[in-house]
Amino acid sequence: MSKYLVDKFLFTVDRDPALVERYRTDPKGTVEWWEQNLGRTILNCVEQESTTWMSFTPVEHEALRTHDYAKLFELGAHPFLTLTLWIAMFERDYDEPLGIQLAFAAGLSEFSLPYPDIAT
Amino acid sequence: MAKVVAILATTHHPFYYRTSTLPPKEAPPFAAEWIAKVSSYRETLAAAKPDVLVMVGSDHFHQLWLDNMPQFLVGKAPQYDANYYNEEREFGLPRMTLRGHEELSTYVLREGLDRGFDLAFSNELRVDHSITCPILTVRPDNDLPIVPIYTNIFAAPMPQPSRFVQLGQAIREIVDSWPSDLRVAVIGTGHLSLELGGPRQFGPHGPDPEFDAKAVEWIRSGDIEACLANVTLESLHLPGNATHGFMDFMLMMGVAGQAPADYSDSLDLFHTMEAYFTWYPNGAPS
Repeated sequence: MSKYLVDKFLFTVDRDPALVERYRTDPKGTVEWWEQNLGRTILNCVEQESTTWMSFTPVEHEALRTHDYAKLFELGAHPFLTLTLWIAMFERDYDEPLGIQLAFAAGLSEFSLPYPDIAT
Repeated sequence: MAKVVAILATTHHPFYYRTSTLPPKEAPPFAAEWIAKVSSYRETLAAAKPDVLVMVGSDHFHQLWLDNMPQFLVGKAPQYDANYYNEEREFGLPRMTLRGHEELSTYVLREGLDRGFDLAFSNELRVDHSITCPILTVRPDNDLPIVPIYTNIFAAPMPQPSRFVQLGQAIREIVDSWPSDLRVAVIGTGHLSLELGGPRQFGPHGPDPEFDAKAVEWIRSGDIEACLANVTLESLHLPGNATHGFMDFMLMMGVAGQAPADYSDSLDLFHTMEAYFTWYPNGAPS
């Protein structure tokens, strides 16, 4: 498990308008680019000090590149990060207020307490 | 010595700003009551005539991140830029600049460290909606200097609830002992039961109205002991997956001491209950 790296993906994409659009339209390409580039950067360090060992597991990679937020929830991705990014990407596809929020909740209806552990 | 003239503990709802600025014809049906309640609450701060605001909130993974996560952090800077791109995008919040009160920040840090709280500090802090929501609701003129204090209610491992209460008690003692003739208000924001990014989110009420009713009563009555007896890091998962934000209310109960609130109000909204409390530890303003 590399929960931290999954959260780092959601965090760094959500804060960048261009990456939000890129992930919406090309999730597979964005995840692959990210893992080799931004994902290796230690966020408060210069590029020369990049991480040498972090990578997604195949299951995490698959969940991210298929926009499978229920799988991300199951894997323990931080739900605040997932929700915020999904609103950014998909709110525009809903006509009703809170449409994305309610659909997102419905997509997680199989989960009950205790939820998957989100500690990193 | 400085005087704590008001203590405000409230929820922060990032949708309020946009809701309150919509033309009446476009506003949702609950807007008028919400705006009226916030307006009344704003008066509880104005009446105390504060000179400086100590603001307790929590960064929502904006500047503080899992590579370097402080449990409690005090801002010490002359200015604080505020709000982030994703808060503009999702909530329509404006970019803001808040003035800092460096002398009080320095005092809080020194005294906090000496009282056993290993506080982190930041000289370049961009604050988010946990700080700006209460500015927009209770001090929209944004005319007072602030001392921001951030808590970690977002990422495990977190401090125990009792530690939040203790820090609140320490903040109260520190401000009471500050050699200044300024009038200080301490304003903190948190949440009652709340679910974000989970199956119970955005229902017609908060995810656990029973918890909310108990929580409001603990805060209103100043019953820290009952609150601590019923709330643990583990139990806070039950009312909703973002309910650890309630620990910021517990911190504010520590600031207020065992006293019942002088002002208490709440509003049952979709997906969360709003709550507004004010204490006047040196007597109600005339």
